[in-house]
Amino acid sequence: MLPELFFVYFAFAIILLSILVVTRKNPVHSVLWMLLLFFHIASLYLFLNAEFMALIQMIVYAGGILVLFLFAILLVNIKEEIRITRFIGAWPTGLTFAIGIFIVIFVSIKSFVLGQQGTYTIDFIKKESHTKALGKLLYTDFLYPFEIASLILLVAIIGAIILAKRRIKS
Amino acid sequence: MPGTYLPSEYLPVLIFILVAIAFGIGALLIGTVFRLKKQYFEKLMPYESGITPKGEPRYRFSIRFYIIAMLFVIFDVEAIFIYPWAVVFDKIGMYAFIEMVIFIVILFIGYIYAWRKDAFQWD
Amino acid sequence: MNLQLPPLGPIMPEIFMTSLALILLMADLFIKKKEVLAGASILGVLVVAYTLIGSSGSTFGGMFISDGYSSFFKAIFFINLILSVLISIKYIRIERVNFGEYYSLIALSTLGMMIMASAADLIVLYLGLELMALSTYILAGFIRYDIKSNEAALKYFLLGAFSSAFLLYGISLIYGLTGTTSIKAIASFISEKGLVGNPALSLSMTLFVVAFGFKIAAVPFHMWAPDAYEGAPTSITAFMSVGPKAAGFAVLGRVFMIAFASIKFEWTFLLIPLSILSMAIGNIVALAQSNIKRMLAYSSIAHAGYALIGVIAANTDGVASMMNYLMIYAFMNIGAFAVVIMLRTEGFKGENITDYEGLAKTHPFLSALMLIFMFSLTGIPPTAGFIGKLYVFMSAINAGYTWLVLVAVVFSVISAYFYLRIVMYMYMREPKIEVGTSKSGTLGVALGVTAVMVLAIGVYPKCLVELARAALSGF
Repeated sequence: MLPELFFVYFAFAIILLSILVVTRKNPVHSVLWMLLLFFHIASLYLFLNAEFMALIQMIVYAGGILVLFLFAILLVNIKEEIRITRFIGAWPTGLTFAIGIFIVIFVSIKSFVLGQQGTYTIDFIKKESHTKALGKLLYTDFLYPFEIASLILLVAIIGAIILAKRRIKS
Repeated sequence: MPGTYLPSEYLPVLIFILVAIAFGIGALLIGTVFRLKKQYFEKLMPYESGITPKGEPRYRFSIRFYIIAMLFVIFDVEAIFIYPWAVVFDKIGMYAFIEMVIFIVILFIGYIYAWRKDAFQWD
Repeated sequence: MNLQLPPLGPIMPEIFMTSLALILLMADLFIKKKEVLAGASILGVLVVAYTLIGSSGSTFGGMFISDGYSSFFKAIFFINLILSVLISIKYIRIERVNFGEYYSLIALSTLGMMIMASAADLIVLYLGLELMALSTYILAGFIRYDIKSNEAALKYFLLGAFSSAFLLYGISLIYGLTGTTSIKAIASFISEKGLVGNPALSLSMTLFVVAFGFKIAAVPFHMWAPDAYEGAPTSITAFMSVGPKAAGFAVLGRVFMIAFASIKFEWTFLLIPLSILSMAIGNIVALAQSNIKRMLAYSSIAHAGYALIGVIAANTDGVASMMNYLMIYAFMNIGAFAVVIMLRTEGFKGENITDYEGLAKTHPFLSALMLIFMFSLTGIPPTAGFIGKLYVFMSAINAGYTWLVLVAVVFSVISAYFYLRIVMYMYMREPKIEVGTSKSGTLGVALGVTAVMVLAIGVYPKCLVELARAALSGF
């Protein structure tokens, strides 16, 4: 009963916070709500028995990506941004689509059946500690995706420098 | 599945968060009860270490901050990949060492690239 | 634990491609003459293509597979890379973006495509897709002082990220349903456990259609394409109208033909409207364009519709004809873009369709080449475009979709109007303005190769068709 209660709280809090993030007029407020959102998502990982992921969520998202968001916002003129109407006139169309997609997903998800269970059960991970279990999987079975991840990070470095650093020549 | 597992060992963290929230709200509440409610121009001014603020506080920042933040996030993620690796290193051994060397070499090339392109230089 | 290194034979082309990209990135720091890097990237790709010959089999616990199917697609990517580099050397100098990272990013993007084509696991597929897409976003915004290039990169990025979200949702659903991300294991689990007809499975499949639809720019997920194609540097437009599209088709074919093989009926039901809409909107909206890059963008949407017919046929013949079509499309489309680049000179964009008026009088040879590419894109014999369409349509008729082929033929006839309008402008109008060309040896080579290939495949298609069929043995 208690786990369900916590899950319901986090699920609804995440939905509410996400709506707050996209509807605030002041982008700095959006970012602050997003901070709270990231903490809630981290807690959700905790309830999935994924401690390491919860910590990563806090360090990378709340600590790094959020700062990136803030800097991106500081690049725009916030005073102007608050004054102008940000939302396009087509929101009824968007809302209709969103509700339509929601109904489709809601109806189809009902028939969801859980597939085969893996070897990494809750008890197993508890005994091993999550970081260890994750490390073992990532560096043996999922070695190949791990190496591709380094290339994606490399592209991110190149992209940041090309698009933002180099002085414009012309 | 969410809702089937309770991380009970994190109860102290929950209590800590609740106490922190209660402390923050409590301090503000006590302040509103006891403080003087006189408001005048100087008091309502934004506090900038006692110096009269001049100019607009909201202005556009230089894009340099963004590059620094971006590079920080990238190397942050790289460092995090090393963490679970270090935990299981003794179990996997040489195999793990080789794969981490490849990973770090690829990112080190990115680091040299960023360095040579003066990404770490302010101007 | 003593682990053995997984066999590296199948993955050799990827390892060489990674090294090539890294070497190019490092060389850029020391070499002032960036043309050297262009030459190095072409030579490097030839080496990579050579390593492709010996690589086959699967490795990394079945996450990566190198078979005929993936090798055929990798050949398309290599051709795409070489031709794109050939047409860009002079062009990026004219645009003043002659930077070394350009070649490195093209190599990394191609590496992403290769990983996609070889992915036998959904996680690898996703990471390959991101690697390809991220590099292409940066390339689309490469001309930083040009607001249109910025717009192209931003639109491409936002909608690409949106489609990635759909893909991830689809992957997570299928992972929940089956407990595995391996494409083969998903297929066997679905048929064993009788998941066929489960609405949650259909939802997951639909999300895959949406995500791949974005990548191949099929209507109604094409919104980004015209702006991104128009704003991006022309050489990159050529690169991304062939590469990411072919990679999208590669994963579309593998995921749908293998993982979702048992719900064939459902996904063909979804892909048919996608294909018809792509042909309809692509061909009809292209009629109204006055910018040639925008026109070719809509034409690329329409061609995604034609190639989809091959997937809809849902048998090896159909997939082989789709692969053929993409190979032919690579040659004719990059050829057409090479002509567009030829007209870009210092201080003159040369992107308006009216710039082609009377081109045959001033530049008869260039006009003749453009004529070949336009005929091929329309699908007029004896060009390769005709062969591509012929085989796609034949496979669809054999699979019982005669009505769909009739629709496609009608739209092909409509498409003749805007392709042949360019030909008409070139040959039947008087030149109004002086149009120069930017001649360069490499551009000439690219034009020559594409034109010869378009005609050669058109006259003697048997070789390519056999190659595609053979590639599919054991698929």
